[in-house]
Amino acid sequence: MSKSKLSDVVVDEIREHIYIREVYGKTLVELGREYPELVVLDADLTVSTKTSLFGKEFPERFFTMGVSEQDMMATAAGFALSGKIPFASTFAVFATGRAWEHIRQSIAFPKLNVKIVATHAGVTVGEDGATHQALEDIALMRVLPNMTVIVPADAVETEKVIRTIVKHQGPTYVRLARAKFPTIFKKNYEFEIGKAKVLREGKHVAIFAIGIMVYEALEASKILEKEGISAFVVNVSTIKPIDVETIVECARIAGAVVTAEDHNIIGGLGGAVAEVLSEHYPTPMRRIGMRDRFGTSGDGLQLLEYFGLKARNIVQAVHELLEFNSAKKSVSFK
Amino acid sequence: MFKRTRDVEVLKEIARQVRIDLLKALHHAKSGHTGGSLSSVEILVALYFAELRHDPKNPRWENRDRFVLSKGHGVPALYAVLAHAGYFPREELLTLRKPGSRLQGHPEYDLSIGIEATTGSLGHGLSAANGMALAAKLDKKDIRVYVLLSDGELQEGATWEAIMTASYRKLDNLCAIVDRNRFQNDGAMADIKDIEPLPDKWRAFGWEVEVLSDGHDFAGLLSAFDRARVTKGKPFVIIANTIKGKGISIFENQGKYHGVAPTDEELKLALRELGENI
Ligand SMILES: Cc1ncc(C[n+]2csc(CCOP(=O)(O)OP(=O)(O)O)c2C)c(N)n1
Repeated sequence: MSKSKLSDVVVDEIREHIYIREVYGKTLVELGREYPELVVLDADLTVSTKTSLFGKEFPERFFTMGVSEQDMMATAAGFALSGKIPFASTFAVFATGRAWEHIRQSIAFPKLNVKIVATHAGVTVGEDGATHQALEDIALMRVLPNMTVIVPADAVETEKVIRTIVKHQGPTYVRLARAKFPTIFKKNYEFEIGKAKVLREGKHVAIFAIGIMVYEALEASKILEKEGISAFVVNVSTIKPIDVETIVECARIAGAVVTAEDHNIIGGLGGAVAEVLSEHYPTPMRRIGMRDRFGTSGDGLQLLEYFGLKARNIVQAVHELLEFNSAKKSVSFK
Repeated sequence: MFKRTRDVEVLKEIARQVRIDLLKALHHAKSGHTGGSLSSVEILVALYFAELRHDPKNPRWENRDRFVLSKGHGVPALYAVLAHAGYFPREELLTLRKPGSRLQGHPEYDLSIGIEATTGSLGHGLSAANGMALAAKLDKKDIRVYVLLSDGELQEGATWEAIMTASYRKLDNLCAIVDRNRFQNDGAMADIKDIEPLPDKWRAFGWEVEVLSDGHDFAGLLSAFDRARVTKGKPFVIIANTIKGKGISIFENQGKYHGVAPTDEELKLALRELGENI
C-alpha cells in the first residue's frame, strides 16, 4: 500500500548531492539577466555564499560591503527604497544575529522588498564550530512581523524558491546551508510560498521537517514502513506564513507529530508547529533538533549524527510518541 | 619552568616551530584559516615569549596579563603558540576542529588552555579587551591587556565603537595590534572596501599609533611593546604590516589561502621551506 503513497515529486532513488548555495548563485545570475533592478550585496563571504557568480557576470550591480553586516542590511533597505530588488547574503549567524536590529527596524517594520539569503545555517557548517553555526536564525527571523521565512530542502527547491521570492513583494529570509544536500525532488516539484508539501501520506504519525532533515524524514518513513508504521512526511519549507491547514489536517489524521530541523527546537520549526497545534488541534509531539545547546567543530554531516539529527533518531521519537499515546489511553495523565 | 626571552634568534626559532605545528594541525583538520594564521605568528610569539606576564602552569593566575584574539579565525597560530609555551601538550594540536576538542575551529573561552575570550565573530574582541582593561583599573591592578585585530574586522562598525571607548576611557593599560596583511576573505582589501588612511583614523580617534613596516621583525615588535608600556593617558595601537601566508612561498599574498588548509603536497612543500625534514 505505502509505496503508492509517496508523492510523485520525490525521486525514487537519490542520485545527486548538491551544494544548494551554488544553486542560489547560479539562479541569481539567471535572474540578473531578467531583472535589471536586481542588485546583490555580500559581507566578505562572496565565494562561500556563491554570490561571487553574480559578481563576475554583473560587477556593476554587485556590492562587496566588506565585513560590515549591519551596514549591508541597512544599505539593502536603501536600495529597496529606491526601487531595486536587493539580495543580501552572508552566513546565517551574522546575517540574522549581528544585523538583527537593522533588519527589524530598517527592513521588516517598513516592509521593504529586501531578500536576505543566508548560507551556512545549522550544524552542517562543520569545522568552523559553534560560533559559526546558526541554530537560532529561524527563530530570530520568524519573530519579526512582515518577514517571510523559507527553508529549502534540496537543490530543486532552492532554485524554485529563489525564482519565487524575486517576484514576491516584501521582506524575505531564505535559509541555506553549507553541506551538499541529497537531491530529493524531481524537476516537476512546485514551490509556493505558504504551502507545506505532503511528500508521503500516512496514518499513524506525521513528521514535519525542513532543510536537510526532510531527507532524513523520508528515510525514517521507510524504516517505519517496514515496522508497519505509516508516517506522513511533510516539507514545511515556508516556516512563515506557516501552512496551518496542512499541519492541522495531518495531525488530525495521525494523532502524533514529530518535527525535525537542524536548528534549536526552541523557536524553530518545532516551536512553530507546536504553536499551531496547541491553538488549533492539540496533538502529542516530539521535537528532533538541537536541544537548546550550541554546536561544536566536526565534519558537517557527521555532526548530524553527533547531535542526534538522523533518520533513526526520528524513528526513535516516533516509537516514544506512539508508546506514549497508547499508554495515555489506559493511564490517566499526571 | 617557562621563561620569557628577548633573544631574537630564540624567538625566530620558536616562530619557525610554531609555523610547522600550525600547518600540521590545519592539514590534519583538513580545514581552517591558513593565511591569517601565518601572518600573526611573530606577533603572537613576541607576545607570549617576550611581552606578556603569564604562567602557562598557572593559567588562572589572577594578576596575569590578558590577551584576546579578536581575529578568532587565526586561532591555529595561537594554539600552536600556547602549546609551545606549555599550556597543553603539542600532540593535542592534532585534535584541532574535532568534536568535543578544546581546540575548536574558533577559540572558546577556556582558561585551562589559556584562551581568555570566545571569539570568531569579528568585531567583538576589542570591546572584550576594553572590559578587561577597565576591570583592571577598577581593581587597581597592574594588569596589561593585549588584543590582536585583523584589518578586515576594522570594517565592522562595532570595532570603531570600541576604539572610541578605549580612548575616551584613557585605557593606557591596553595595547591593540592590527595584523595588517591587506587581505580579507573576498580578496585584497583595497578592491573590496579600503580602510586607509588607517594610522590617521586611529590617531583621530585618540590613540597613540605605531606603524611597523615589518610586522614579522621581532626587534621592531619588542620595541613597539616597550613604547606601549610607557605610554600614559591613552591606548596604544601597533599597526603591524604583515604578509598573509607569511613564510610559505605558495601561500604568501594569495587570497585563496585565506580559508583553506594545506593539501598533502602543499604541506610537504611548506615543511621543506621551513627546514623540516619529513
Ligand atoms: C562578523 C563576522 N563576519 C564574517 C566573518 C567571516 N570571516 C572570517 S575571516 C573573515 C575576513 C578575513 O579577513 P581579515 O579579517 O582581514 O583576516 P586575516 O586576513 O587576518 O585572516 C571573514 C569575513 C566572521 N568571522 N565574523
